[in-house]
Amino acid sequence: MPNINDYAPIVGESVISELYLLAEKLSGKTVQNVNSTSVGGGVAEILTRMVPLLRQLGVEAKWDVIKGNEKFFNITKKIHNALHGAKDQVTAEDWDYFLEVNRENAAEMDFYGDILFIHDPQPVALVEKKDQVGKKWVWRGHVDFTKPQPGVMDFLRSYIERYDCAVFSAPVFARSDLRIPQVLISPSIDPLSDKNKELPPETVSGLLDRFGLDQSRPIVTQISRFDRLKDPLGVIEAFKKVKKHVDCQLVLAGGGATDDPEGLKVLEEVKAAAAGDQDIHVIFLPPASDIEINALQRASTVILQKSLKEGFGLTVAEALWKAKPVIASAVGGIPLQIKHKYSGILTYSIDGTAHYLKQLLQEPKYARALGLNGREHVKNNFLITRHIRDYLLLFLSLDYEGDVVYL
Amino acid sequence: MKNAFYFYTQYHLVRLLGIKARNPVELLEGIRKVPASSIYYHTHRFLQQHRYLSPEPPNDFAYWLTNVLNLKELGEAFASVDTAEFKNMEELRAEFVRILTGYLSEGNHVVDCPPGQEFYFSACKTFILPVPYTAHNLKEFAKILGKISVNSLYFHVFESRMRLEKGENDFAAWFRSIGKNELAEELMRLDPYTITLEGLREKIISLVVKYAEH
Repeated sequence: MPNINDYAPIVGESVISELYLLAEKLSGKTVQNVNSTSVGGGVAEILTRMVPLLRQLGVEAKWDVIKGNEKFFNITKKIHNALHGAKDQVTAEDWDYFLEVNRENAAEMDFYGDILFIHDPQPVALVEKKDQVGKKWVWRGHVDFTKPQPGVMDFLRSYIERYDCAVFSAPVFARSDLRIPQVLISPSIDPLSDKNKELPPETVSGLLDRFGLDQSRPIVTQISRFDRLKDPLGVIEAFKKVKKHVDCQLVLAGGGATDDPEGLKVLEEVKAAAAGDQDIHVIFLPPASDIEINALQRASTVILQKSLKEGFGLTVAEALWKAKPVIASAVGGIPLQIKHKYSGILTYSIDGTAHYLKQLLQEPKYARALGLNGREHVKNNFLITRHIRDYLLLFLSLDYEGDVVYL
Repeated sequence: MKNAFYFYTQYHLVRLLGIKARNPVELLEGIRKVPASSIYYHTHRFLQQHRYLSPEPPNDFAYWLTNVLNLKELGEAFASVDTAEFKNMEELRAEFVRILTGYLSEGNHVVDCPPGQEFYFSACKTFILPVPYTAHNLKEFAKILGKISVNSLYFHVFESRMRLEKGENDFAAWFRSIGKNELAEELMRLDPYTITLEGLREKIISLVVKYAEH
């Protein structure tokens, strides 16, 4: 695990020394993070890196995970889909069970933190304990909230509004119907993690051989969980249109989170759509495949993220950090990462994706310029050091009123 | 210590206001009612987030009008507002209101943006804290300026003049206090809104070095 000072050569000494100054102002406070899974998915990934780094800066950060069975996670998956606007019905019985599991967890959990930092909808109802426990409570929504089913949002809002503050990943998720302060904190990637660190060429080459990829021909890649909202079938359709004109291979690679039971079903659909084309490589990656993901991204000629809905879309930042040209849908937090035709390409359809993919495969100089601009933008705005700073400011903000605070 | 320059830094925590605009009429309504810290955020965010060459206009309003609503002329009017000429956020807000009111009174057709591409008003809470650097003369000042963060540079040049309404930037005020009036004048002639922060850092260092040798 890297030390906070290891980031200085990337972001500059002054950025790190200022993080220490901010962290000092939180001396004596404990921040207790709570989410629903310790592995898989963006939230667990960020907390795995963030918690130790906050501790090195002198902030007493901890991380607890709520317990839930398959039934609970099936319900939370439905809630997740409904927040994305899907038609999944969350029934009254589902809500009862959801609350029951939250209450069981609340009864067992030790709320020792001075700041309770609750991530995503799964543990949102722990806040029922607020009156008893006291302390400051912050709720962090990592998912896309643009078109939630009204009933689902109404239910969640009745809990979110009991928090002192809500945090969202993109301005588009801000809500006019929330009566508590809302804060914008974009997530981040860790440039020193296995998923993003520099790799020796022989490591990349060895893994490409293992996956049966031809290193002499262009590789187009989408890295994401096997989830309908990532539109893997749309990616295959776009690829097939492009392949008529440009020789290339497609990689669809990803794993599944422990709280996502739908993943395997989608994987089967993707395999069926890819059947018969030797150049479409569907790779299901087990947890802890970060080096493999890193290698696939580094070996790619163009990277796609054709999501229909997206929270923030960290895979875009990962690809840009590797200076890769990225074609991505203009959804969720992706427009914050890509300015069209400057640091990548934003698209709205399968045809649009196919059009720009052909262009980037045939115009490598343009593709390279997009990738380099993207890397610079990620360096300034989406690395973990900026994320740590925002969290420190968020924790400090709970104790200070007013628009300008002198620390 | 008298006549020493104490360096500070600053950071913004972005607040989401839950107010959005789909067209110039709603943009005007929003600009009229949001807190001053929102006008500040949308006109200064780019300075810190895009430190190098970027194709974007220097404020969020201009970017949205130009690239989402495709109102190039109105977008340019917003982009070319000379922020350095305004003393505070209320004056700047009044200028944006004047431009939009003028545009709307000309009977221009008002079209909504595509769904999902609305303008979302944000604001910011600013935290200011001292950093452990103090300059006692121009030589020390130039050396420290080379190693402070861009946030510190930003604070002394932009935040203190425009948001804390000090009239001139902190560096110019200090140069005057140590009798370097010409240096202060030369610095104040720079328009910091049309240069990147790294470019600004280099320019100020070279100015200070020139006067330190006098």
